[in-house]
Order: sequence, then C-alpha cells, then structure tokens
Amino acid sequence: MSENRKSPMNRQKRRTGRRHPLATVALLALGLVFTGGAYAAFSTGTAQAESSANSQQTIDEGKKLFQANCATCHGLAAQGTTDGPSLVGVGAAAVDFQVGTGRMPMQMQGPQAQKKPVQFTDEQVKQLAYYVASLGPGPDIPADHLTNGGGDAANGAELFRINCAMCHNVAGAGGALTEGKFAPALTDVTGVHIYEAMVTGPQNMPVFNDMNISPEDKRDIITYLKYVQDNRSPGGFELGSIGPVAEGLFIWIFGLGSLVAITVWITAKSN
Amino acid sequence: MSTATTNAPQKRSFTAAASVYVNERTSVAGFVKELGRKAFPDHWSFLLGEVALFAFVVVLISGTFLTFFFQASMAEVHYNGSYVPLKGVEMSVAMASTLDISFDIRGGLFVRQMHHWAALLFVAAIGLHMLRIFFTGAFRKPRELNWVIGFVLFILAMAEGFTGYSLPDDLLSGNGLAIINGMIKGFPLVGTWMSFLLFGGEFPGTDIVGRLYTLHILLLPALVVAFVALHLVFVVVHKHTQYAGPGKTPGNAVGPPILPVYAAKAGGFFFIVFGVLALIASLFTINPIWNYGPYDPSPVSAGTQPDWYIGFADGALRLIPPGWEFVWLDRTWSFNILVPIIAIGVFIVLALMYPFIEAWVKGDKREHHIADRPRNAPTRTAIGAAGVTFYAGLWAAASSDLLATHFSLTMEGVIHALQAVVILGPFVAYFITKRVCIALQKKDREIVLHGFESGRIVKLPGGEFIEVHEPLDEYERWRLVSFETYEPLMLRPNSRGKITFGQRLRAGMSRWFFEDRIAPVTKGELEAGHGEHH
Amino acid sequence: MAQDDHSGTEIAAADSSHAAPAASPGTALIAPDSFENPGFPPHRPRVTDEDPKREKRAQRTVYTLFYLSILGSVWAIAAYMLFPMESNNVGDVRLNNLFIGLGATLALLGIGFGAVHWAKSLMYDVELVDERHPIGGSPETQAAAVKVFQDADRESGFSRRAVIRNSLIGALLVFPLPAVVLFRGLAPQDQNPIELLSHTMWKKGTRLALDPSGAPIKASDVTMGSAFHVIPEGLQDLEHGKLDEKAKAAVLLMRLDPKDLNELPERKTWSYDGIVAYSKICTHVGCPVALYEQHTHHLLCPCHQSQFDVANHCEVIFGPAKRPLPQLPIAVDDEGYLIAQSDFTEPVGPSFWERH
Repeated sequence: MSENRKSPMNRQKRRTGRRHPLATVALLALGLVFTGGAYAAFSTGTAQAESSANSQQTIDEGKKLFQANCATCHGLAAQGTTDGPSLVGVGAAAVDFQVGTGRMPMQMQGPQAQKKPVQFTDEQVKQLAYYVASLGPGPDIPADHLTNGGGDAANGAELFRINCAMCHNVAGAGGALTEGKFAPALTDVTGVHIYEAMVTGPQNMPVFNDMNISPEDKRDIITYLKYVQDNRSPGGFELGSIGPVAEGLFIWIFGLGSLVAITVWITAKSN
Repeated sequence: MSTATTNAPQKRSFTAAASVYVNERTSVAGFVKELGRKAFPDHWSFLLGEVALFAFVVVLISGTFLTFFFQASMAEVHYNGSYVPLKGVEMSVAMASTLDISFDIRGGLFVRQMHHWAALLFVAAIGLHMLRIFFTGAFRKPRELNWVIGFVLFILAMAEGFTGYSLPDDLLSGNGLAIINGMIKGFPLVGTWMSFLLFGGEFPGTDIVGRLYTLHILLLPALVVAFVALHLVFVVVHKHTQYAGPGKTPGNAVGPPILPVYAAKAGGFFFIVFGVLALIASLFTINPIWNYGPYDPSPVSAGTQPDWYIGFADGALRLIPPGWEFVWLDRTWSFNILVPIIAIGVFIVLALMYPFIEAWVKGDKREHHIADRPRNAPTRTAIGAAGVTFYAGLWAAASSDLLATHFSLTMEGVIHALQAVVILGPFVAYFITKRVCIALQKKDREIVLHGFESGRIVKLPGGEFIEVHEPLDEYERWRLVSFETYEPLMLRPNSRGKITFGQRLRAGMSRWFFEDRIAPVTKGELEAGHGEHH
Repeated sequence: MAQDDHSGTEIAAADSSHAAPAASPGTALIAPDSFENPGFPPHRPRVTDEDPKREKRAQRTVYTLFYLSILGSVWAIAAYMLFPMESNNVGDVRLNNLFIGLGATLALLGIGFGAVHWAKSLMYDVELVDERHPIGGSPETQAAAVKVFQDADRESGFSRRAVIRNSLIGALLVFPLPAVVLFRGLAPQDQNPIELLSHTMWKKGTRLALDPSGAPIKASDVTMGSAFHVIPEGLQDLEHGKLDEKAKAAVLLMRLDPKDLNELPERKTWSYDGIVAYSKICTHVGCPVALYEQHTHHLLCPCHQSQFDVANHCEVIFGPAKRPLPQLPIAVDDEGYLIAQSDFTEPVGPSFWERH
C-alpha cells in the first residue's frame, strides 16, 4: 500500500479505478476493511487464522460448494473424470488461483481456461480451496510478506527475463503459445495469483517450485511486476508494450498518416 | 527581408553590401538566378519524398546529440544508474550508456525517442514515396537512374536502421543479432567464416557493437548523404514531373516559384515534420530497453520482432514449412534460410529493374514528364498491387504471433493463411486491380462522352423521367483524355529474316501489358457521340 | 522562364514535339484526332486576395504562430530546469520528457505552420511556367563533349597505347585486394570456427546449475511439470567469454512423466527418471527456445514459431526449423546433483555449412 502512495499522482487515478471493485468484493465478503485504491491483496494471514478457527466447518462448506459446482467435471470426490483432472494434491493455491481469477468453473472447453469474472465470493473461494487442500497435501496460499511487493526489483527483473519473459513478454504484456493457447498479460494480476501460478503451474505453464525459484525470488519477481504496474513508461504511452510491431503500425498510421494529411493541406489552394 | 523594408535605409544597404560581399567570393548570384525562380509543380504526393528527407535531417541532428553520450563498448559493467529494476545488473557499457541517456540526462530520452521515431518515419516515407513514383510512372525516361538511386537509398536506410537498432545491446536487439548470425551461418561455403568475421569470433563476442557503430555513424550516413545529394541533383536536372492538367504539357513545368512560395512551404514543412516527430517522441514510448534488459543469450521475450522495415525478411523466415534443410555432399544446405533470402533478393532486383523492363517492352524512347494516373496504366498498376500484396504478406507474417493473440486465432492458422496470401495473394491482387483500373477508365470515357450526372431529374413530354447529364468543360475533359496507350508489339522478322528469342519475349510481354487497353476519347468519338445523343 | 500570363497559345507552341523530336515512341498509339490542350484555366483569386479583412486575419495568424514558437522554445528551456529527474523516480523522467518535448513541439510546429500559412494565404499566388529542354542537351553540346573526349584520347594516347592502358586497368583492379585481405583481421587468426562451434562448456561430470545464480540442481528438486533454465556450473565464474559460452551451453531441463517420454533406443540412458535436458538454442537461426508447455510437452521458439515435441526427442512439429534440439545426456552424481554425461554429441544452434 505504501508502494502505491509513492507512485506518481498522474497514475494513481487510473490504478484506483481498476483496483476498486476487487477491494469492494473483498470488503463485502470478509467484512474486513481495506484502504480504498490499495493493491488488493487479501490478507492471507487473517484468512488462515479465521479458517483454522473453524476449519472443519470451512471444509464442509467447501465440500458442498465443490459438489454443486465442480463435481461434474472433477468428480464427486475430486478424483477426476474424463472431463477434468483429479484435484487431489493440487493444494489450496491451485484452487485459489483457478477460481479466484474466474478461470474455474470453465465456461466451455477450449484451448485453455480463460480469465473471466469471478463466480464466487472470496469466502467461498477460500472454502473451496481448503476443502481441496484437505484431500491431499499441496501448495498453500502464500503468506502476505511474499506477495506484497517488498522485495528486490532488480533481482526479480532478471529472474523474470530468464524464467517468464519468453511467454509473458518482458513487460508482462503476454504472448502467443501453440494451437491458439496464449500466455496471459500480467499487467493487472495480483501478487497472490502470480505466486500461486508459479507454484502450481496452471494450464500449460510449467511449475516453478521453491527449489527452482525460492520464495524470496518469487517475491522479487512480484516486486518487479508491481514496479512495472506502478511506474508507467518514462517515454509516454506504451502502445501495449508489445514492441516494434506496435511502433511500426503507429508510425505508418498516425505518424505518416498525419503528415500526409498535412501535405494535402499545404498543397491545397488557400480557401 | 520584411525587417529590411520597414527599418531605416542603412539597414538595407547592409544587406545589399553583405550580398555583394558573399557573391563576389562565391558567384552565388548565378545559382540564385538559375534556381531561384524555377517553377515547382505542386501536389500533395510530391511532398512524400520531402517527408523522407526531413525525417533524415531529424535523424542526423538527434543522432549527433546521442553520439556525445553513447559509448559503443561491450565491456561488462554493473549498472549503477537511476532505473531501479536494473540496479547492479551486469551489462555492457553500450547498454548502460543508453540507459543513462534515458534516465540520467535531462532531455536525453526525448532525443533518443525522437531519433528512433524519425528513423522509422524515414524508412516509411521512403516506402510511400516509392509507391507514388511507381504507380504514377514517374520512373520513366529520363528518371530511371534516379529510381535506382532512390532504391539504393531505401536499402541504405534499412541498413542504417538495423545497425542503429542493435547498438544499445539490449535483449531484443541481441536476439535480432542472433538471428542475423544464424542466417549468415546458413550461407553455403562462406557462411561460417562470414559470421566469424562479422562478430570477431564466436557469437556474440565483444566486437559487434563497436563495428556496427562505425557503420551506423560513419560509413552508412556518408553514403546516404552522398546518394541523397545525387538524388536531388537529378530532381533539379530533370525538373519535377507534373500531373496532366490544362496548360501542362510534356514540355513545361508549371507551379509556384522556388522563391518565395515553394521555399516557404518546404521550409515550413521541414519544421512541421520535425515538430510532429517531437510530439510523438514526447508522448509515445519507443524501444523501451529498460524493459528488455541487457543482452543475454539465455532469455528471450515473447513477441520478439525487428523494427517494421526488417519485418518482411523476418516474416519470410517464418513462412517456410518444416524440413527445408538437407545434407548433401557432406555439407549442410539450409534452404529454410536460402529460399527466403533468394525470394526477397529476386523481388528486390525485379523492383529495381522495373523501369528498364517496362521501357524495353514499350520501346518508347521519349522523355516522360507527365505523371500517369494509375488507372491509365492498368498492367503496371496491377503489377504494383501484386508486389505490395507479396510484401504485405511477408510483413504481416513477422507479427504472426501477435495476430494470433490479438484476433484469438491459432498461430499455426495464421502462418498457413499467410503462406497462401504470399503465394496466391499477388495473383488475386493483380487480377482485381487490373479489372478495377479498366472499369475506371471506362467510366472516364463515359463521362467524357456523355457528361457527368447532374442530379437533376427532368420529366420528358412523354412522361419519362431522365437525369440530365452535364457536359464537361474543356479543362475537366483534358484531365480525362490526355494520356497515351500502347499497342501490343507485332512480331516481325529482323533484318536477317529471323525472329529472335528476345523479340518473342518482348512481344509476349507487350501482349501481356497492352492486350486489354482502353484508349482515350478522341474528338471524332465525342462528336459522333453527341450526334447520336441529341 | 516566362511569367505565366495564362495564354494557352504559348503553351501550345512548346509541345511534346519539342521534347525529343527524334526519339521513337515505341509501341505508343497516337491518335490523329486526339484533343488539344485547352491551355490554362482562368486564374481564381483567394479570399485573402479579395477581402482585406481576411488578409489581416491571416497576417495575425502567422505572426501569432511565430510568437507561439518563441514561447515553446522558452518553455522547453524552462522545462529543462523545472523538471529535474535525479530522484531515481521514473515519474520524474516521464515529466521531463513530456514537457521538454511539448515545448520543442510548439517551437517547431509554430514555425512550420506559420511559414506554410504565410506562403499559402499571403504570398502572391503566382504560377510560373518553365520550359523543359531535352536532358541530353543540344546536339552541339553533345558534339562538343564527344570532341573533348576525342581530344583527350588523342592527346593522352589512351586508345592508341593499348599496353599502357591495359596494364593500368590491371593495376587498378588489383590494388584494392590487399585492403580486402586486411579485413581478415576482423576474426582472430588462431581460431578454428568449426572446432569452436562443435563444442560447448559441458563435459563429463559438469553439474547442471540454475541460471543465473549458478546453484547446482538436485534431481529431486525437479518436480513433475517443472522447467529449469540451466547453465553449466562454473559459467558465472568465467573471466572471459561468459556470454559466448552461455550462447552455446544454455539448456532447458524438464521433467515429464516417464510414461509420456518416447525415447530413442540409443538415448535411453540420457534421461533420469523423466528428467530431460535439451539445448535451448534453436536449430533454425539460434533464438532461445524456451516456451515450454507442460501438458502438451511442446517447446516453442518465439522468434519464428518453430515447435519441438519434448516427448518425442524434440523433433520439429511446426515451423521453419529442420533438426531436433540437441539433447544433453544427464545422470546423477553421488550427492544427488544432476550432471552431464558428456558434451552435446552434435553442434548446438543454427546449421552451418561444414556441420553435416
């Protein structure tokens, strides 16, 4: 949150507009007070404390939700069917990522599950997550200090270039994969979801376990991405951060286009 | 000058004295007399070359500034500038100094961005200018050599662009150089050694940035300046072309004088081009090397593309199907690299030679100073459209991955579709363009013969409604009828009674060019038309 | 160069016939009764020519634009001082760039639009007519030029003294060759490219290490679905040529379900419990192939879209590459770390002539 306040004022407005709805949802669901406009990491520590306080009840609630919404594809006991993989051992992190970003439940079969509006409240997402976590050990939802962007951006940037940029683009603008799949843009993904994606490897993304990229290194990667999100390009509008193709189209359409319009004006007879 | 007239008379005598002083030492009066009141035909499309020229001047000015701060060394340093996400990262001095220009020198980023935007505009304006020349036939005698000079400039501009793109030694341009290295290695016989000579040993080595820098700021600019000068000398010698119009003949050039109107417009336009580039540079990021980071052979970014003017070559590489590489005679033949290079080479040579080919087919030895309307040369226009389609297909292929993500397509589908576009597209474009040109010519004839639709509906005594057609005035009519057609060449034996292969080829091409043609309306036709109509 | 007096007659006299009287029109069709050029249309005055008020206004616009330009220049200089960027803050760089740039834009566009507007609306609206002359010059000029060459030839004996001429041509052809040879120095004298391209830093027992930290990797670290970006241990300690070595030695390490792996018989021992290591350098033109899809087991090159199937010894399934990515044979040492069994058994990276 302090990170956000540091950022230049001209961009504060834009960020606020994008963060706000998520913060509101969190507010309604958990009854926790978040400062408006802040980076909407839900305080995982609190969630865990709360859920462990009445954990059996949480798991039971999660089980009901699961059987109502997920069992068609993943099976009644999450053992998997031909339509969906087994979820035993995927951990709370995988559920929090897949359901918390709206990718699950899937709307239709396609090359990959698409991001869409979240179908459940944050509390329900947690209930589902802890129900699945109770089925077998797996990665847990990361602690707040790993996802709040308080690490070393330079180390994170280097790791990001080596491990992530080939699919997600150096500026996190996303990129194409084979057969219609794609690596999504990371520009408005929360730190928690980025962390969960790294440890669980959703869809075709490889798994980056803690021996490959340590939790501190993951924190640094999130720090770098937050830096890119919070600091807009010093050169002006980024044109989508997709590189020379956008620049080339821009100079042809707007650069040369406006100059051609001016040549017409120059050579037209006055009035 | 205005100050001279409003101020005291002594002031004017100073101007006069200065003019005399300069003239007596330079003989400049002769140039002013000769050039000062030349007529310069006026049309928006005649300013496209100026956009290129002015963009080049901006490139020179901004580039000179950058040389004071850029260091073309690949020695390793730990970055210690202002940009937080790169602090302490190992990189070359070239990369670090480019970051310093961007983050630690006030206004440095502005000049850097203007330099890069101006370079993109330079090549784009050359491209558009060449299209204008091609489609209006302004390459015909006596301007064939100037077409060649312009073409050389286009290639030099691409070389300038590529060498400049590679200088910051960032991840994007480094992977560009990796691709160049791989392409050079694919050449038969000499490839491996060429790569070693270029990079001073193994790729990437520590020499390439310094070498490209010498090319970028010394050799190539000197060549560009020399060819630009030559290009402009020929423009003066030939006088500019003009479009057909009343009073304009092949024997004159009509337009405002160089001094003052043309000079004011062109001078003002230079500042406008400069200003538009300044505006773009202050508002839009280009080549954010701070995102790319320093070159390292292991990472790569999704969407790794060259600047737009190299795109067609990159696209050609992407379109080759799997497996086009063979071992033969114990040597590796990389047709997956050679075929794109050869295809592009043939395309460039054909475009370069086109003026000579067309002149040979027509056998027309006259000078041509009236620019064609594209519709009045249907085959040429159709050939041009085919070439544009071929180039555009290759160019689009260079962004196949972005086309896939942005239009929710599969990458494989995009590649297959563009393979079809590059191979079949030119034929389709040729056919459609030729038909459209001929249809437009027919419409022109119709207008000349029957006038244009006035929009006024009249009821005839018999109850029938007709729309009144207004006849053209003679000036309008002249625009539509003042062009020439050519007839197909008749195949005749030469003096030794033989028909040579060259003759056959020429006759065949002549048939292809001129079999379908629409002749301009003649006086006789117009009179006959009037006769039957009224 | 005659001032345009809008008399069509003068134009008609200077017709195409004069441009090049002898030149052949080739296959051009020249109809006998084609239309004649009607001459210049009547001159159309501009509003600023007729309405003094509009003229005044145009004048005001022009000088206002020039004053605005001065304002822009002053603003750009002020912005240089008012927007410092020595704070390590990207936002400050952005403001500096924006405001210096907008000042310069105003300065330039003010001059540009002012000058063009002046030319368009206030300068006299005259059109001149220049006569064109044949580019080749008059026959007299051509003859004089020919005579100059003939005189020079006679006086120098260039054609007559054929031995001198030919030996000079020979000398001129040969003299640049030493300069070409000197460029051999662009590449080191003591290196054999083929030898260098055929070997990498990997050798028997080299541990696989993480890029960029250089920490060795245990086989147990590589869980199912993982992709590790790998360099040979010791690469980061190299004094020289670190990038040259990395450009050949970069490796991608992946773990698949051994059931999914379709290994070549001679390479059965090259993997370890589903863990495989492949060169990261594309066999097409050498980009890093690093986009790994853990479910399809496809590797994608982001530069030219070549696709390799890791489950099927990295053979090419799409794109312009021909050869599979070279595989690095790996094993596990006593401490459980992954090591290379040997160097790659073939040159990595793009094809080259002598590779076969």
